[in-house]
Amino acid sequence: MIVFNNVSKDYKNGKSGRGGVLKDINFKISPGEFVSIVGHSGAGKTTLLKMIIVEDRPTTGEILFDKINVHRIPRRKLPRYRRKIGVIFQDFKLLPHKTAYENIAFAMEVNGRSDRDIAENVPQALSLVDLEDKVNSFPHELSGGEKQRVAIARAIANQPNIIIADEPTGNLDPVATYEVVQILRKINDMGTTVIMTTHNKGIIDEIERRVITMDDGMIIRDDMKGKYIL
Amino acid sequence: MLTSLRRIVKTGFINFWRNAYVASSSIFVLTVTLFVIGSAMFFNQLLITSLSIIQSKVDINVYFDVNASSEDVNKIISELKTMPDVKSVEYIPKDVVYERYRERNKDNKVVMQALEELDGNPMGDVAAIQAKDPSKYQKISDFLESKKKEMGGVIDNINYLQTKKAIDKLTTIINVVKKATFVIAGVLLVAAVLITFNTIRLAIYTAREEIVIMRLVGAGNSFIRGPFLLQGMFYGFISACIAMLIFYPILTWLGPRTEVFFGLNIYDYYIDNLSNFFVVLAGFGVVLGFVSSFLAVSRYLRV
Repeated sequence: MIVFNNVSKDYKNGKSGRGGVLKDINFKISPGEFVSIVGHSGAGKTTLLKMIIVEDRPTTGEILFDKINVHRIPRRKLPRYRRKIGVIFQDFKLLPHKTAYENIAFAMEVNGRSDRDIAENVPQALSLVDLEDKVNSFPHELSGGEKQRVAIARAIANQPNIIIADEPTGNLDPVATYEVVQILRKINDMGTTVIMTTHNKGIIDEIERRVITMDDGMIIRDDMKGKYIL
Repeated sequence: MLTSLRRIVKTGFINFWRNAYVASSSIFVLTVTLFVIGSAMFFNQLLITSLSIIQSKVDINVYFDVNASSEDVNKIISELKTMPDVKSVEYIPKDVVYERYRERNKDNKVVMQALEELDGNPMGDVAAIQAKDPSKYQKISDFLESKKKEMGGVIDNINYLQTKKAIDKLTTIINVVKKATFVIAGVLLVAAVLITFNTIRLAIYTAREEIVIMRLVGAGNSFIRGPFLLQGMFYGFISACIAMLIFYPILTWLGPRTEVFFGLNIYDYYIDNLSNFFVVLAGFGVVLGFVSSFLAVSRYLRV
């Protein structure tokens, strides 16, 4: 589903492989996998995820999504590509002037879904994340855990094949962290590929899924049933 | 397509409503800009009216000799009336001239005494000539000068050059004031437009994070930009309405005063041209709001 071929990113001197944020990254992610990417701050985890959603571009190498080089997609077609991916951010990135319902509905509106579809699916998405009673709440009226759950609901609203979560529990307390991880597991169990970056040893050890360990821009371990080893 | 458009319009309305604080600053600045434009339009109209009134005061008075025969006088007047540049010729018989002169100077004892001592009417017939265009007076004056030489003893005096100088001076002053007003209004307008643009840009700056989020969620440019453009247009339309409301009491107060000074009641002019005026202000406001929003949003659409 996702393939990284010799991907490097260097902000300093433009030459790959020499002192860069990413150094010669190679890996594949198959459909339905739950992949955790772990590493210290500055290891390159977030940069790697940004490459997938074309928020950043590699200096060398290519990233394939369903066999298409994502960085060759014309700018005007990027929005369509991004709609295939559900993204969850550490800082939630909810639209502050829209309610929980409207935030989720927005993701469906940009996908051209009908009003009827939206009216049916948004409550279902909110139900999946246990936020049926927060339909008309604005982000500033929600707790951190609730915001992240709305973000998850938005990410899955269009039933994407893949969810990318960048430190989804980074700003959450342990209870909220647990809830979010359970939701992500549930989503993965339903067939959606999940790629998550995290610092949280507890989550990794509990999930017992594939773990890619990064350090200094390189992949140092790739274990199918990994543990947090750093 | 229609669904997207409907959603863009709905989002534009909702965003406008939910961001009232930000909207109010943009509307305030836009209102000031439109007020400047409206004021420039009114002032320009006052100057045009003044100029027109002054130019209509220009005429040529031909004073015929007191002994000129009525045939000679009528001949000249007939020739004047046939001239294509002449708008009208008012013939004032000597008796009427005399009575008007007495009436104008009835409080002047010296003049009245002098008139008493004169035997009979010392005045000749007068013809007051108006041209179709002020630029043609010189031609008419030249014709009369030639007639004065040709038919000696008929035309006593042609009163044009004396008043022409004063009127030309007034016209020059008004034209200079018009140009100065145009330049000042232009500078004020550019400043107001720039301030408006920056205010709207600041308003959209507060939404930059939202724009980035929308891009990352997969929204296309038009879907992101649309509501902001609509908000800009709302700002422009509402500002025009407010500006029109502000003008009302001001012009009500100014109207009688401008009528005395410029010859035009600006309040009556405002009421008579209300719809045109609103269309101009609303059009300018909507376009300014639209363009400002477009330029401001564009810089954040490059994620």
